[in-house]
Amino acid sequence: MRDARGEVRRPIGLRLWLSGGWLTLLVLGALLAPWVAPKDPLMQDLFLGRMPPFWVAGTEPGYWLGTDSLGRDVLSRILYGTRLALIVALVAGTLTCLIGATLGLIAGYYRGWPDRIISRFVDIWMAFPPVLFAILLIAVLGPGLVSIIIAIVVIDWTRFARVVRAEAMSQGAMDYVASAQVAGRTRFGTMLTEILPNVLPTIVALLTLEMGIAVIVEAILSFVNLSISTDSPTWGGMIAEGRTSVHQAWWVLVFPLITLFLTVLSFSQLGEGLKDRFDPVLR
Amino acid sequence: MSGFLSIRNLTVRLKSGVTILRSVSLDVAQGQVHGLVGESGAGKSMIGKAVLGTLPRALQVTGGEIWLDGENLLALPHDTRRKRIGATAALIPQDPLTALNPSKRIGPQITRRLVDILAWTRSDAEARALELLGEVQIPDPARVMRSYPHELSGGMRQRILIASAFAAEPKLIIADEPTTALDVTVQKQILRLIADMQVRHGTSLLFVTHDLGVVSKVCDTLSVLYAGKVVEEARMHRFFMRPIHPYSRALLAATPTYLDPTGSLTPVPESVISAVEEEVRLHDVRFGT
Ligand SMILES: Nc1ncnc2c1ncn2[C@@H]1O[C@H](COP(=O)(O)OP(=O)(O)OP(=O)(O)O)[C@@H](O)[C@H]1O
Ligand SMILES: [Mg+2]
Repeated sequence: MRDARGEVRRPIGLRLWLSGGWLTLLVLGALLAPWVAPKDPLMQDLFLGRMPPFWVAGTEPGYWLGTDSLGRDVLSRILYGTRLALIVALVAGTLTCLIGATLGLIAGYYRGWPDRIISRFVDIWMAFPPVLFAILLIAVLGPGLVSIIIAIVVIDWTRFARVVRAEAMSQGAMDYVASAQVAGRTRFGTMLTEILPNVLPTIVALLTLEMGIAVIVEAILSFVNLSISTDSPTWGGMIAEGRTSVHQAWWVLVFPLITLFLTVLSFSQLGEGLKDRFDPVLR
Repeated sequence: MSGFLSIRNLTVRLKSGVTILRSVSLDVAQGQVHGLVGESGAGKSMIGKAVLGTLPRALQVTGGEIWLDGENLLALPHDTRRKRIGATAALIPQDPLTALNPSKRIGPQITRRLVDILAWTRSDAEARALELLGEVQIPDPARVMRSYPHELSGGMRQRILIASAFAAEPKLIIADEPTTALDVTVQKQILRLIADMQVRHGTSLLFVTHDLGVVSKVCDTLSVLYAGKVVEEARMHRFFMRPIHPYSRALLAATPTYLDPTGSLTPVPESVISAVEEEVRLHDVRFGT
């Protein structure tokens, strides 16, 4: 009568381990940057310019991943850049998620005029080309951490709204929702206690994906010099600088690029892994 | 007003104007089982949903009365109506797959009704839920309470839904084809279970099905619905002995009855179908729909 699916504790899986591990490492790196960074990320030393990473002959000890053309330590700069990347990922991702998912949930569950207004708004919003929109916004708001976050939220909330709306709509048509209402639940209560838990796995997957996207957007904006105006190191900024000297010092470009790539990949894999694990139907 | 549930001239339309239920009237007497038969798409589920106030958004009640325990539900303000329905009626749904919340354990889904409706304490409700699960013959109820719906078979889920429908001792239960999604052997057990529970709890039951064989086993009275219109309302014996409406007669001929299980099956003849459709059309003309 009862099969054994519920009995098996699924192992966490390589995907969750690897992505979770990398992100944990990043968080630790960001928090502990002042203590673990081998050098001051802003300290220039023109005599030590373009030093290769540690395994290449002729390096100065202590500069593990080499130095850039101004003699700044690449590893330390990546570590400090992590702080900014993670702040943007966390704050922008969470805000985008809160706004988009709330609107999507309301539209998908209540339908009727709230849905018409929200959906129309989403349609119009999505007609703007996103990158142009971002650059325009930053140009208006002026560069800076807050502007980047606002730009990401303003552009990406529609992704959450659309997906969550569709999901809430299909859940809302199910009999268990009707039963909850027959049992005297209010519509709002039903939305929070019946619909939301079933949409949550999707929201979590979207959220982590969004964090990855936020990291990329921040990098792109730094790349085109629209990000933080101070000289605090950012991954995008490092990539932009590294690009100019890629033939003389490839490491200045490659290490931040790898870090960026692994981070974005980890965010999306973490999301998928969590969804698989916490979706009661897939589990 | 006759009947614990008494539906009078209920008309339900799509917001686009199409009529789904045409001036439907039916009665479920106190402590009795009333069958509602009709082919797929006739509007059986919509009657149940109209009573429970869970019609899909595209549909609305445009006329009629629904009397439940002496009160016209449609005349009540929205919140009062919801409370009244919650305290008086419950549903055994058609599809046990979508009728339980997939992200919640079984226990809370049963106890919730007791806590919400009867304001019981959590531990009282849990004890009662265990007892109910035993009553619907679920082995190892304590473990089932901790399970998620997807961990259980269809028959188990339907038993749980029955337990959960009877939990708060509603005076009326609407069972919407409670056995259609199950295989034949399980169907019989579930049917017997519902009938037993109904007798034991003295509940009034509106039993929706498209299976006259099932009706003949559990119901006291029945209504035959065709294309959103009640074409016959009768006591069981009279209906099976002497069906009046041609569609009812044809339906009976198309059903392997308990009186003559070996008898050959006759499909509903075209002539009867077109006659009923003509009748429905005339009705629409008369009521201007
Ligand atoms: N959400 C909806 N929007 C539009 N039409 C609907 C909707 N739900 C049901 N209908 C229509 O209402 C009519 C009655 O449907 P209902 O579900 O009551 O049939 P039923 O008699 O319960 O059939 P079944 O035996 O298949 O369950 C059908 O013709 C169907 O097309
Ligand atoms: Mg139905």
